[in-house]
Amino acid sequence: MKVLVTVKRVVDYAVKVRVKPDGSGVDLSNTKMSMNPFCEIAVEEAVRLKEAKVASEVIVASIGPSQSSEQIRTALAMGADRGIHVEVEKELPPLVISRALKSIVLKEKPSLVILGKQAIDDDCNQTGQMLAQFLDWPQGTFASKVKVVGEKLQVTREVDRGLETLELRLPAVVTCDLRLNEPRYATLPNIMKAKKKPIEKLGLKDLNCEPSYGLQTLSIFEPPKRQGGNKVESVAELIEKLRNEAKVI
Amino acid sequence: MEKFSSVLKTTFHLSYAVTRFLRSPFDTPKGSLRNSLWLDCHRKLVTTKAESSNNSWQPGPCLSFSEDERLLKDAVRKISQTFIAPKVRSMDEKGEMDAELFKELFGNGWMGLEIPVEYDGSGLSFTQACIVIEEIAQVDPSTAAAVDVQNTLVNNTLLKWANSKQKEKYLPMLCKDTVGSFCLSEASSGSDAFALKCRATEKDDHFVLEGSKLWITNSMEAGLFVVFANCAPEKGYKGITAFIIQRDTPGFYIAKKEDKLGIRSSSTCELQFQGVKVPKENVLGPVGSGYKIAIESLNEGRIGIAAQMTGLAQGALNIIFPYLHERKQFGKRIGDFQGVQFQYAEAFIELEAARALLYNAARMKDAGFDIKKEAAMAKYLSAQVAERIASRSIDWAGGMGFVKEFGLEKYYRDTKIGHIYEGTDNMQLQTIAKEMQKAYGFDRKSHHM
Repeated sequence: MKVLVTVKRVVDYAVKVRVKPDGSGVDLSNTKMSMNPFCEIAVEEAVRLKEAKVASEVIVASIGPSQSSEQIRTALAMGADRGIHVEVEKELPPLVISRALKSIVLKEKPSLVILGKQAIDDDCNQTGQMLAQFLDWPQGTFASKVKVVGEKLQVTREVDRGLETLELRLPAVVTCDLRLNEPRYATLPNIMKAKKKPIEKLGLKDLNCEPSYGLQTLSIFEPPKRQGGNKVESVAELIEKLRNEAKVI
Repeated sequence: MEKFSSVLKTTFHLSYAVTRFLRSPFDTPKGSLRNSLWLDCHRKLVTTKAESSNNSWQPGPCLSFSEDERLLKDAVRKISQTFIAPKVRSMDEKGEMDAELFKELFGNGWMGLEIPVEYDGSGLSFTQACIVIEEIAQVDPSTAAAVDVQNTLVNNTLLKWANSKQKEKYLPMLCKDTVGSFCLSEASSGSDAFALKCRATEKDDHFVLEGSKLWITNSMEAGLFVVFANCAPEKGYKGITAFIIQRDTPGFYIAKKEDKLGIRSSSTCELQFQGVKVPKENVLGPVGSGYKIAIESLNEGRIGIAAQMTGLAQGALNIIFPYLHERKQFGKRIGDFQGVQFQYAEAFIELEAARALLYNAARMKDAGFDIKKEAAMAKYLSAQVAERIASRSIDWAGGMGFVKEFGLEKYYRDTKIGHIYEGTDNMQLQTIAKEMQKAYGFDRKSHHM
């Protein structure tokens, strides 16, 4: 079966970001960018399915700026077969991304779409779920284990109550959580081989998508600086502070 | 009136002559020795190698990297930080490489960087190999030394000089699981490398090697050795020949391992050759070409050392720079004191300069230019810069810099070797001086037209 996996170019997890003085966004100039860590896990899972001969082809797609091709190349170096790059100028919200991904799915006809559960820059945690809705496919989100059993998919999910295992009919959408796998490092020969793998360039128009934003970011600001704590002498004082200072009760 | 005007004319002519002489050489009278020499030099300097030789040369900053090269950098960085960093201190203390680490190096394709894919190599360019070495050196200059010798000395020598049978036999080994050593130096021949005493006596279908080698990197772990021996001492250096010798050849012993100041985990041993029979098919390149082979390999290998030293300097800064912004004294971060800022600004200038020389030389080599001067300059500067930066970094770290636990003192010890191996500082300076004499036409062989 064909597997489609998506990757997003985000600020590297180790970088300390700065907000732009005008509050319009985060200062991305000279900032190290990497593949979203959850997307790395998604690519690893797809490549493992290929190595287990469950998947016949792994296609990696990214919707982002022109430099997103670096992330696609990394995924190809990890073992994906070919790439699709939808070049867009501005960052798009999950609703538009999932519509675009739907068009790609209808074009490529994979049996399984694997995404990271969320991106570490916006922490939306929406794209996978919205995509499943648009396609009317079953979804297994926050996957910590994925197993193909015959024509069905068994997904173990990490949920607030613990672990939950679902059985899904294929085709399906899966989003990956941290403990699903440990992504591999691309070896040098694979990085060089990845140069020859094809990347198809598409525009939103080719996917019959309007970049209508719906959501508009009004401002971005830093959270208030953490204040020092206080020692209290008694329970009564604690309750008084919780009620009147912290205002949480 | 006439007397006055003739005095004026004389004065005028005199001052005219003086001012003419002092003006730009381009309009001096012909035959003036000083000015035609200046013109010659000016012409020679203006025509740089790049402009004169290669029509397909593309201009661009020497520190710009392609997308593939950036991916390469990232991949090596991640792997170094995950697999090498945790082992650095114990390898340094024990003075030996971790066995698992070598498997990791081979598995990631780092031991066959420039070997073509058809021989199971990674198929990189020389510049890309330098990128890999620099990244490794940021974490461990010792591991970087092992990878550098394997690639820039052993692999590249075979790539250039091995015949197709030798390539088929040895290149895949070097990519997969065999460490290589480059065996030139001896007890009585270091800088004077070609006064080597190791003898190769020719028999009907083999040579017999007799002698010893000293200071040989990687030799404790190596399976393949490129050995230089003289098979015709009466011809002087023109008898030196390169041989490929495998580890378990009878009569070949790996003797004393040195306990060193720096790059301690990289093995450095003495080798003994006692009646070692080397079949003629193991001669590398033409008999008597050993000098040429060694010189050319070392010229390029220098750029690899420049990569190691540049990475070392960067690695030291990677440790100290965040610390400068955590450590506070007198209520202020140390990195915010102007005196400290001026010092680390200078350090970054030097690092940038060393890196620029390194990648400029590497790109020139990939483009096919003769890089004797550039390689010597890159190696010399990067070793100097690395020592200064490592030393300063310890100063900035205060007491923390002096303890092994912090990880900084090792960089300081590791810099010393950069002044010594693959040509000492003085040998680099001598090479540069000779190249400049040639460039200006002042070497003894050039003649003025």
